[in-house]
Amino acid sequence: MQPDEILDYLIPGIMLGALYAVIAIGYTLVYGVLQLINFAHSEVFMVGAYSALLALTWIDPSSNPTTFMSVLLVAAGLAVSGTAGAATAFTLEKVAYRPLRRRNAPRLAFLISAIGASYFLQNLAGKLFGRDSRALPTVFENKKVFSVFGTQVTILQLLIVCAAVLMMVGLDYLVNRTKLGLGIRAVAQDAETAGLMGVDIDKVISRTFIIGGFMGGIAGFLFGLHLQLSFTMGFLPGITAFAAAVVGGVGNIRGAMMGGMLLGIVESFSSPIFGESWRYVSAFAVLVLVLMFRPTGILGERLGRSA
Amino acid sequence: MSTTTKERDLAPTGSALARLRTKRWYQQPMFGRLVGTVAAAVLLDVMSGPQGSREDVFFSLDKTLGSLRVVWWIIGAVALWAILEFAKPLYNRYLAASVGPLERFHAPVTGPVKGLIAQTRTTSANLRRILWVRIGFSAVVIGLLILLPNVLSTFWNQVLVNEVAIYVLLAIGLNVVIGWAGLLDLGFIAFFAIGAYSTAYWTGAMPVEPPFTLNAFLVIPVAVGTCLLAGLLLGAPTLRLRGDYLAIVTLGFHEIIYLIAKNADGFTNGPRGVQGISNFGVHIGVLDYDWELDPVPYWYLLIGIATILIIAFLRLEHSRVGRAWTAIREDEVAASATGVPTVKFKLMAFAIGASTSGIAGVVYASKARFISPESFLLLFSVLVVAYVIFGGMGSLWGVIIGTAFLAWLPQYMKDWVNPNDRFMYLGALLIVMMIYRPQGLIPSVRRKRELSMAKAGLGDADAMSEPAGGRMT
Repeated sequence: MQPDEILDYLIPGIMLGALYAVIAIGYTLVYGVLQLINFAHSEVFMVGAYSALLALTWIDPSSNPTTFMSVLLVAAGLAVSGTAGAATAFTLEKVAYRPLRRRNAPRLAFLISAIGASYFLQNLAGKLFGRDSRALPTVFENKKVFSVFGTQVTILQLLIVCAAVLMMVGLDYLVNRTKLGLGIRAVAQDAETAGLMGVDIDKVISRTFIIGGFMGGIAGFLFGLHLQLSFTMGFLPGITAFAAAVVGGVGNIRGAMMGGMLLGIVESFSSPIFGESWRYVSAFAVLVLVLMFRPTGILGERLGRSA
Repeated sequence: MSTTTKERDLAPTGSALARLRTKRWYQQPMFGRLVGTVAAAVLLDVMSGPQGSREDVFFSLDKTLGSLRVVWWIIGAVALWAILEFAKPLYNRYLAASVGPLERFHAPVTGPVKGLIAQTRTTSANLRRILWVRIGFSAVVIGLLILLPNVLSTFWNQVLVNEVAIYVLLAIGLNVVIGWAGLLDLGFIAFFAIGAYSTAYWTGAMPVEPPFTLNAFLVIPVAVGTCLLAGLLLGAPTLRLRGDYLAIVTLGFHEIIYLIAKNADGFTNGPRGVQGISNFGVHIGVLDYDWELDPVPYWYLLIGIATILIIAFLRLEHSRVGRAWTAIREDEVAASATGVPTVKFKLMAFAIGASTSGIAGVVYASKARFISPESFLLLFSVLVVAYVIFGGMGSLWGVIIGTAFLAWLPQYMKDWVNPNDRFMYLGALLIVMMIYRPQGLIPSVRRKRELSMAKAGLGDADAMSEPAGGRMT
């Protein structure tokens, strides 16, 4: 890799990192309130992408949409994928996790239920929409907007980073400044005491899932604009994002954002250094290294009860 | 005076309380059940629909949600709901009333029952008798299993070896990790792959030449050693942390092993796979026998391996090690406080599971003579987890029977149900099992009790929390 190529890998890395950060937040929020690795979150991501596919195919854009039409399509895609993601996460919590919570089930049971939900949703999508990968319809022409030291930045990269940053800022505000955020933090710290203080735990948990699902769904749509859709598309981004959440400090929202960025950039640079086929190993390598030397992640755990 | 008015303002009036108490009609639990039933019916309609097509995204949805069949499903669901809702009061009035629930449970312990209790109290003579009965029973079961291939066709003999026996072997190993130590290992097939590739390497089938070639039988201890080492290397840093990190790290480990198998072309031959792995064979003096294409001899071999492992694991379960696992599972902090080195025993369970998986890998590679990365997908790891849970984690017999059943079922159903949908049903099965029967098909008594204790807020029933102390001992 030449020194002048650094930006060529850094910019896609930032784009990828922004996506991972948004997905990682979904994991970290749920881990904060339930101490559960929500394996099915990667399927929320996939549902977001497929719902956008359905909506955009239904609207049926021309292969060369006008600027106005492009904006409309992107807005529709964002709205539909966010809603579908939120609905999936909400249902998931209600069907798969709440009955277990009622019964005080061991954490093993939650994890198994999560894996079951993940495989169920994945293969249901595979069955309904075919097991081949497909692409979203053309929403906009991916033109370059400007260039930084000779490296071009495309609309897609700009869109992804902007959307991700907006969501992250919004979430940060929501968690730190609103009443719901206070509830989420309280439940994460000590659910039982929060309940005694009048926090409706069920409602808080359910809304946490909705927030995480909303962001995950949108990330799915944005990912679909970048790469192809398939029913297993959630797996690799999902576990990379979980690794990002752990790297940043699980339960720590700013940590998840940072971890996501870090892993995105590392992954992007590992493909020219180690070869394309090894890029997915890099996230796990970073994960294992971080767990060995700093088990609570870079920024430390914050929301977690047992931290 | 002012205080009294304030109190009156604060005290809820009768009508306000009544308003709080009344539920609207749609908030009644019976309508919640109606919504649930209808939703389940719509889901079943979508699940049982045709496979999606490549050309039209909406094809499958059109054929299920967009056609008349969904209406039939909904009608069926409403009918089922109505029958259940309106039959319940009838049942309560006429049937359940005849035997009062209290009478049933508070029946006094009378003479004969007391005698029965006295009889089952185990003396040493009784214990010996029970042991002999068990040995006899096991011998009969093994004898029947040995005779089994004679009554089956060649196809089913292949299924018996490739699917049932290999998966049972894997499940026996995973049961140690999930069922006894209470850890979730999602990379179990990675060790299977290590065993299989070890076989390929030591029998000289890989592109890289080994220093000397070994008989497939001799590869077993080598593979066990390799898997133990890999398990220790992977487990030692992660088992010191919170238990659920193990799940994600093993998942990552599986992906790494898979990617190495797929991409390290010069070593593993990449996606093309390895061919010509030698079969099992015995060549000592007059004994001269080779396992070849016929599946039946492999069946006998696998019965032998499984029997040895089952005996070893049963001994282990009731040894000091097994008791330590139980203690860790039930309450890790208490176990650690009473001097159980928790991390050491968790690591031990993990490594034992890993090496069992390695043995299965050796047998698989040597039987199939061909392995490729596609034989070691993550799906299979999840599949084994599902099998263990279905059978009843922690109960060895439950795990064996459950696995045998679930490994056989898709082969039996393959003419009616698309094999690709198998994982959809398995996923649903896992959720339903966790909700309604977390202890599994044939539960272990102890696990069942732990789950009900956890329900009452006592103990963990798994080893997923952060280890107390958190250091290797």
